[in-house]
Amino acid sequence: MTTLEQTLTALKAKFGDAIEAVETFRGETTVVVTADKVVDVLKHLRETPALNFRWLADVTAYDDYPEEPRFKVCYQIRNLMEPLNLRIKTAVGGETPTLASCTSVYPAAGWQERELFDMFGITFTGHPDLRRILMPSDWEGHPLRKDYPLGYEEVQFTFNYDAIDKKKPYAKE
Amino acid sequence: MTNNPQLLEATLDELKHLFSQRAQTGETMVLNMGPQHPSTHGVLRLIVELDGEILVNTVPDVGFLHTGIEKNMEAKTYTKALVMTDRLDYLNNMGNNLTYVLAVEKLMEVSVPERAQVIRVILAELQRIASHLIWLGTHTLDLAIQSMLFWCVREREHILEIFEDISGQRMMTSFMRPGGLWRDVTPTFIEKVEAFLEYLPARLDDYETMTRNNPIWIDRTQGIGVISGELALDWGLTGASLRGSGVPLDIRKLLPYSGYETYAFDVPVGQHGDVYDRYWVRVLEMRESLKIVRQAVERLKKLAGAPVISDDRKVVPPPRAELGRSMEALIHHFKLWTEGYSAPVGQVYVSTESPRGELGVFLAGNGGPKPHRVHFRTPSFVNLQALPLMTKGHFIADVVAVVGSIDIVLGDVDR
Repeated sequence: MTTLEQTLTALKAKFGDAIEAVETFRGETTVVVTADKVVDVLKHLRETPALNFRWLADVTAYDDYPEEPRFKVCYQIRNLMEPLNLRIKTAVGGETPTLASCTSVYPAAGWQERELFDMFGITFTGHPDLRRILMPSDWEGHPLRKDYPLGYEEVQFTFNYDAIDKKKPYAKE
Repeated sequence: MTNNPQLLEATLDELKHLFSQRAQTGETMVLNMGPQHPSTHGVLRLIVELDGEILVNTVPDVGFLHTGIEKNMEAKTYTKALVMTDRLDYLNNMGNNLTYVLAVEKLMEVSVPERAQVIRVILAELQRIASHLIWLGTHTLDLAIQSMLFWCVREREHILEIFEDISGQRMMTSFMRPGGLWRDVTPTFIEKVEAFLEYLPARLDDYETMTRNNPIWIDRTQGIGVISGELALDWGLTGASLRGSGVPLDIRKLLPYSGYETYAFDVPVGQHGDVYDRYWVRVLEMRESLKIVRQAVERLKKLAGAPVISDDRKVVPPPRAELGRSMEALIHHFKLWTEGYSAPVGQVYVSTESPRGELGVFLAGNGGPKPHRVHFRTPSFVNLQALPLMTKGHFIADVVAVVGSIDIVLGDVDR
């Protein structure tokens, strides 16, 4: 039997300053971790028998543009015995946001990290197969970034047809 | 299947690391299966490496149905974004609605009247039966039992008629709203659901007879696509794909929502983790769903006349009739339909048991009326990841059986 408090105490004792904050919102607990320690924290939670966070439910991110570091990556993990839910959150930013991949701890993260790479442009180092997954492989930009516009193509009318056609990203003869 | 050497070369170059050394020298064959292939249940492309007829590697290529639903939802108010959820997993529209509204309700702290919760449970379980019927029909069709599809679609039609009756739509219902339901069910609803509860069990008996002890069916499914419980957990499998491997995890039991903890039902589990066990778990699940619907209908009869939507006017628009009488109602109506309501800064994650597994919604509010970020943790997407693992070493004809048994919906994979 492990309670949430015991888990959090164990984490703070083990990682100290790497645990930046513990937030509670609507009954959900979020542990904010520094980016360089996130895989260690996950590994500890997954592999310590007393904690036993066996199940990675979800990996996702959101973009707080123009704040820096702008991307917040969230891991939703679950202890199957209790059941206990925990969210591990970390922030990455910069020109080329980079985070260590947690596929060695949770193989299930493989495609979800590929999705984050595709949608936010976050590079996961140590990922076995980091390619775009939902967008075409030659796509430019990362659609879920806040500075990526929702609408893209201008409407072509007869008067501006040629002007817009020149800008279109398809092959010309 | 392509014979175009250029295409093969291009594919191999990009995916070189995923194939064996023998593929580079041409010793094994790399073939393209799909995306337009009837057994891929939509537009799933598989690049398979074959040694004769034996699969060496399988590489799923998804994204053909990607429609940017998550990005689109960021541009709509919380209420208006609801319609996008119907389009995710088009065999689980009610379940998608439910998961999203649960997340909004958690973020906004809205309570839901009991009658609405009971109706939500009935609809979600009917939707589960409808989805499983389509799965049973297409899965058996893939493995050459043709008539089953016609029968299953016929039974599903009864459920779609109930949905059309209450919401005006057969599939894209958008019936559940933050705070409750769009409107009350029609007076004939209970009667129709009860008629269906009478009708289906005998049909399910027939379908069981068709498949359960059918030697051809057993030949094609037993010992195929085996995944152990441990491995299934590692790869994040959920739903019947996990329970077929003997792990009794069901979100309805683990993290109950909408009052599921008050219904009596069992979670069927398999033993071997093969295609047959996953099939059998889903068939049993349909009977469990019928059990839940039966209990819920009894409760619904006792709750006649109770409200189906919360009266929290800061989130739920007032009924039309109030607008003529109350100035305040008019203000609320105007504000809620133009600007919407503002959610606090914070994130919530809510998950439900969809017919395919854990459907999760991650919702981040930023203080404004539009979601900062909506993410769907879709079961098909995560389950499909394990396909290469399950198909390795089997015949190419078995890919069809394994794809059918993890019950993917490409709208759910690609979003």
